[in-house]
Amino acid sequence: MNEDPTAAPASRDHDSWAPNIERLSADGGVNVGGRRLTGPQQGFGPMWQKTYKVSIPGVPPERVISEWKANYGSFWPSHSRFNAPVAGIKPGEVGNIQSMQVMSTGIMVLFADDTSFAFMTPEGHPFAGWITFSAYEDEDTVGQVQLVIRPSDPLWDLAFMLGAAKGEDLMWQHTLRSLAAHFGSDAKPETELVKVDRKRLWKNAGNITKNAAIGSAIHLVKAPVRAIRRSQ
Amino acid sequence: MPEAQVAMTVREGTDSARVIDIEGDITAFCEKVMSDAYTEAAQPGTSVIVLNFGGLQYMNSSGIGLLVTILIRAQRAGHRLAAFGLSDHYRQIFSLTRLDEAIGIFDSEQAAIAGR
Repeated sequence: MNEDPTAAPASRDHDSWAPNIERLSADGGVNVGGRRLTGPQQGFGPMWQKTYKVSIPGVPPERVISEWKANYGSFWPSHSRFNAPVAGIKPGEVGNIQSMQVMSTGIMVLFADDTSFAFMTPEGHPFAGWITFSAYEDEDTVGQVQLVIRPSDPLWDLAFMLGAAKGEDLMWQHTLRSLAAHFGSDAKPETELVKVDRKRLWKNAGNITKNAAIGSAIHLVKAPVRAIRRSQ
Repeated sequence: MPEAQVAMTVREGTDSARVIDIEGDITAFCEKVMSDAYTEAAQPGTSVIVLNFGGLQYMNSSGIGLLVTILIRAQRAGHRLAAFGLSDHYRQIFSLTRLDEAIGIFDSEQAAIAGR
C-alpha cells in the first residue's frame, strides 16, 4: 500500500456519486447514447421544484430505498416502461425509458446510497434536471420524490403547458401510491409544486434539435432503411 | 424532517462581498439553514456572494438541488455567486452536474471575490 498519508480522507459520499463524464456511452440507446447530461441550468422553460411524499409507516428508510431500487419500474404507470440498468440502480448506470410506446429516452443514475438515489436527464429528455428519490424518518417513514427541473426546449415547454406537467404529477403520485401499497400502506401522496424561476432560458432554445420525441419519430421512420442495411 | 447537520456562517469578504462558510452536510434537510444564510448575505450593497466549501463533509443530490435554487435567487437579485474550497471530489460533482457552468469555482477566497 502506497497511500499518501497527507491526502485528505475520502468524503462519506465518495462512492455514492457517478464518475464524472463528458457524454453518455455511445451504446446508451436511442436519444441517450453519446448525449450530454443536463441540469436545470441547461434546460429552457420555467424552473420547478416538485415534491411528492407518501407516508409508509413502520418500514425503515433503508428498506424502502432498497425495495424501491429493486422494483423501480414496477411502480410506474403502465403507459411508461423503465428498462433498469443490468447492474441495477447504481451510480453511473444508464436506464432507458419508453413512454406511450413511442418515445425513447433515458436517465443516468447520478447518486445512490442507502436512503436515496437520484437520476439526471440527458439532452432531449422532456425535462432537464435531477430527480431524487429518498426515504427518511419523520413521525412515520416518508417516501419522497423531488424533481428540480426545467422543460428542455420550447416544444417540451409547450407540451408541459398543455398538460404534460399535470401528467408528470399524476405519474409520480401513482408511483408513490404503488410504493406505499408495496409495503401495505394505503396512504395518499402529498404534492408541493414551487416555481423557482419563471424565466425561460432562450439561449437554450436550440435544445429542440435534440428533442427525444422528434428523435424517436425519425428513428421510427428510418427503421426500414436500417432493416435493409442489416440484410445486405 | 430530520435536523440539518450543517452550520453556515456569514461574514464580510469585502464591502461588496459576503462569504458563507459551510461546515457539515448539504442535504435537503439544510434548506432553511441555507436560505437563512443567503438572506443574511444578500444585504443591500452586496454584489458577490461566495460559498466556502472548505468544511463540506457530505453532499447528496438534494444538496445540489438546493444550490441551484440559491443560484436562481442570486441571479434574480443581480448577485454573482462564486465558490471556493471544493475538494477534487466535489469539483468533479460540480462538473458532472454542470453546476460549474453557472457557479464560478475558484482556488481561493480572494479569487472568488475578484471573479478571476
